[in-house]
Amino acid sequence: MQDNQIIIRGLSKAFGNKVVLKDLDLDIPRGKSVAVIGASGTGKSVLLKCALGLIEADSGSIRVDGQEMLGASRQQREETLRKFGMTFQGGALFDSLTIWENVIFRYRQGKTLSRDEARDYAASVLAEVNLEPRVLDLFPAEISGGMQKRVALARAIADRPEILLFDEPTTGLDPITAGVINKLIRSAVDRLGATAITISHDMASIKVIADEVAMVHNGRIIWNGPKDKMEDTGNPVLDQFVHGHPEGPMTPSSDNG
Amino acid sequence: MNILRITGQSALGLLAQFGKLSLFTASTLFWIFRPPWYWRQLLRQAVDIGYFSLPVVGLTTLFSGMVIALQSYTGTERFAAEGEGSVATVVVLIVTRELGPVLAGLMVAGRIGASMAAEIGTMRVTDQIDALDTLATRPMQYLIAPRVMAATLCLPFLVLVGDIIGVFGGYIVAIYQLGFNQGAYLESTLQYLEPFDVIIGLIKAAVFGFILSIMGCFHGYHSGRGAEGVGRATTNAVVYSAILILVADFFITGIAFMR
Repeated sequence: MQDNQIIIRGLSKAFGNKVVLKDLDLDIPRGKSVAVIGASGTGKSVLLKCALGLIEADSGSIRVDGQEMLGASRQQREETLRKFGMTFQGGALFDSLTIWENVIFRYRQGKTLSRDEARDYAASVLAEVNLEPRVLDLFPAEISGGMQKRVALARAIADRPEILLFDEPTTGLDPITAGVINKLIRSAVDRLGATAITISHDMASIKVIADEVAMVHNGRIIWNGPKDKMEDTGNPVLDQFVHGHPEGPMTPSSDNG
Repeated sequence: MNILRITGQSALGLLAQFGKLSLFTASTLFWIFRPPWYWRQLLRQAVDIGYFSLPVVGLTTLFSGMVIALQSYTGTERFAAEGEGSVATVVVLIVTRELGPVLAGLMVAGRIGASMAAEIGTMRVTDQIDALDTLATRPMQYLIAPRVMAATLCLPFLVLVGDIIGVFGGYIVAIYQLGFNQGAYLESTLQYLEPFDVIIGLIKAAVFGFILSIMGCFHGYHSGRGAEGVGRATTNAVVYSAILILVADFFITGIAFMR
């Protein structure tokens, strides 16, 4: 029997009259990298934020290692959140902190590390994402978008989390930099043996990062399976999305939530 | 019917906003007194508020003290009141009781309240606040509590400095422009000033510091999406801070001096 680290059942979320998620079910197997795909505005990021408790779902259940996240106490939620590392769409690095302070932000908590030890650790994590020590004392605004994404990845993996979440990790990057980020994500997930969820609509990224794919359409998962099978499912919506056909059942207006 | 609906909607919106603000304030107070305390954040805010606001508060109170000296001289002249005594008394009482705290509060609301709203609002729209949450750090404790604590503690210090500069401004005008006797002016200043006047001014300053930081943080924290949302949050923070500072000033003055 498959060991699912995250089990989502009947998840619903609406913003006013706009229903984004409708009774969504999804299992994330332990140690697997799952890509959640779907057109823009279909609630992929909302799904991720609901899983973390950043957005309160209207109903349903999200269990992480058996711990229910919806309605959990702040303390329970914080304990579960310690298992997660996440990168945000725009990087979400802290502007007022240097790169090394960003990287060890969580790792440093509860530890009695000297400044030099913390800085050295940040340098070692940055090396894992192919960044040189010269960036340590720079601020996020002083480095390129691609480097910011790598720093965000370093921050996410610094505390060696069990579960990694990536929200649109290659948005706004050129194809070469995006390729580098994809490889780094894949190698970080493999090295840590982590469970990963990647939100993306970049098929090139998904082919590198994911083991399995789940497609969100009209607030539900309409297809879920191994990456190798997604191009040949016979599902017209998935087929249109994967091949980028302008004509088909999915139009920007019909699939916005 | 439309008027009723619009009025009802506005009233409900106002109540909802008031409820949100009350919860935000209660949550801030709760986290101020709970460890861990982020001392580096507190120090950074204290330097920004207490040190870098000194020039603007100093200049404002200096010229206000000078203007009060001129106005009280031209005003009391009509009633043939004694020059040194009345001008010195008016300057010292108005600066310590009223203008020092109110002007410092308003100027710091413009400088710090706006920057708090803009900084926190930008953090909100760029997901930095959500990132804090995922990094096992409570945004209320890391971002809001140090700012509110720093503003509440630093405003009295700023006002004390502003009081001294404001009284000094009145002194310059009285001695060098109006030709008053230096000794008599200083004697009148000290004779009519009571510690209570200064203390009330400092209490007002602490309250104003709390108000402007809460408003700055609240509007930034609940900022709408995009540049427009951050801009609106910044404007609202300054406008509501200014209004609430003046309202609080009226009530504190009423409680303190109308006994």
